[in-house]
Amino acid sequence: MGACRSPRLEAPGVFTHTPPDVARTQKVVLDADAIQRSIRRIAVAILEATSGIEDLTLVGIRRGGVALSQRIADEIARVEGRPPPVGTVDISLYRDDAATALPNPKIGPSDIPFDVNGRHVVLIDDVLHTGRTVRAAIECLQDHGRPSRVWLAALCDRGGRELPIAPDFVGRAVDMDPGGRLDVWVDAAGPDRVVLTEGE
Amino acid sequence: MEAFAHRSLLDIEGLTRADVERILDTAEAFLQVSRRPVRKVPTLRGKTVINLFYEASTRTRTSFELAGKRLSADVINMSVSASSVKKGETLQDTCRTLEAMHPDVIVIRHGASGAPNYVASKVNCSVINAGDGMHAHPTQALLDAFTIRREKGALDNLVVTIVGDIAHSRVARSNAHLLKLFGCEVRVVGPRTLLPVAVDSLGVRVFDQPAEALEGADVVMVLRIQQERLAGALLPSLREYARTFGIGPRALERAKPDAIVMHPGPMNRGVEIESVIADGKRSVVLQQVEAGLAVRMALLYLFAGETADGPAVGEAD
Repeated sequence: MGACRSPRLEAPGVFTHTPPDVARTQKVVLDADAIQRSIRRIAVAILEATSGIEDLTLVGIRRGGVALSQRIADEIARVEGRPPPVGTVDISLYRDDAATALPNPKIGPSDIPFDVNGRHVVLIDDVLHTGRTVRAAIECLQDHGRPSRVWLAALCDRGGRELPIAPDFVGRAVDMDPGGRLDVWVDAAGPDRVVLTEGE
Repeated sequence: MEAFAHRSLLDIEGLTRADVERILDTAEAFLQVSRRPVRKVPTLRGKTVINLFYEASTRTRTSFELAGKRLSADVINMSVSASSVKKGETLQDTCRTLEAMHPDVIVIRHGASGAPNYVASKVNCSVINAGDGMHAHPTQALLDAFTIRREKGALDNLVVTIVGDIAHSRVARSNAHLLKLFGCEVRVVGPRTLLPVAVDSLGVRVFDQPAEALEGADVVMVLRIQQERLAGALLPSLREYARTFGIGPRALERAKPDAIVMHPGPMNRGVEIESVIADGKRSVVLQQVEAGLAVRMALLYLFAGETADGPAVGEAD
């Protein structure tokens, strides 16, 4: 599978990849250079907002946010000389439709190998859409402790929020119709890219 | 990822290797939940799990109860002494009564082999067999497999020796079925009176002497001598059993140096296992308890969620 994205709350009903014989308009909205610039900008903005690296931690939301959180940590390391601690959360067990969702996704481990109590935690995802994934990630995070502040960073914001959730750091706002798809490839086979597929 | 293809777990027979791996992989995520500061996830909020226990059991019932609670399900325990079974209610009527309470999962332990299959045919919810007579104990086999996989890295092609009362042991049967899915060589050893009549049909190698059975073993599973089931003259004495089949340091010398020793509990120290082994560094008895919780959380998660209307595992076609 080439895509970094896993089936998640953000896009109910469009989990499968488009069959190649169905021609739908596709557009690269961010190429590798644009993604790298976005990551750098997010990294700098995070450092400004959290006043440095001292209490800073990053947590990527599985699976799309994991590679991204590593890349942001690398950028922070270039500025600060060392990376902040990086963890991951898997929100499968915290979905608001966990007990009824089909297909039943494979659960990955949440791995936060540091104390979040009293620290800044930046949740990182590739695409921000309904906000339900983020809500679930916040709940999961709170079961690991009580951060002094939780921030939210996303590479792309496609709008369409269904909960009162707003990002603190966004790479690119993408204007698209609700039926469309946004696929993010970061650190996967092939060049980094964000591809917009129009809805029918 | 597809929805889990089964609705109930009645036996290991009927599970594919992929099913087992799915359950064990899911359990890995739940192992970590039990090691966090907050050992609870909201996944099964609003779901109901009924533990229906017709046989005395502390650890299995507790394990299922805690598994349900850590998933935020409502868990109800019904044990035989406190229920209307004592007043003469049939299993069918009990099923109907429970059904009217709309549970999502019924966990059943029963002294009669096949009772969970009967219940599964009468109710609309998922049924998990927590041990029925001398038939099957699938969750024990799964937690044993989970423990072995964590200790050995993989289940494939291991030599597993099961020692003791094979005839009365649903644990041995379910383990043999599961381990064979992974190409393990399963050996059994015990007094002839405690081997089942058709032991060959299990596809295991039968030994009379522990020394031969343990030669080169990766895993030694010690079974409990079930004194409550040993009415009659199956064993001359526990002391004699302990001398021949009790697992101590000398018996273990035949196994591989990194062999692990398992016991489903509760242990009869000094009978089937010596304390120096039970408390030794090769013993994974406590890891089994932790694994049991994770595996049962995984099963409740897979079954209490809205799964496909597949056949029950172990259900007759």
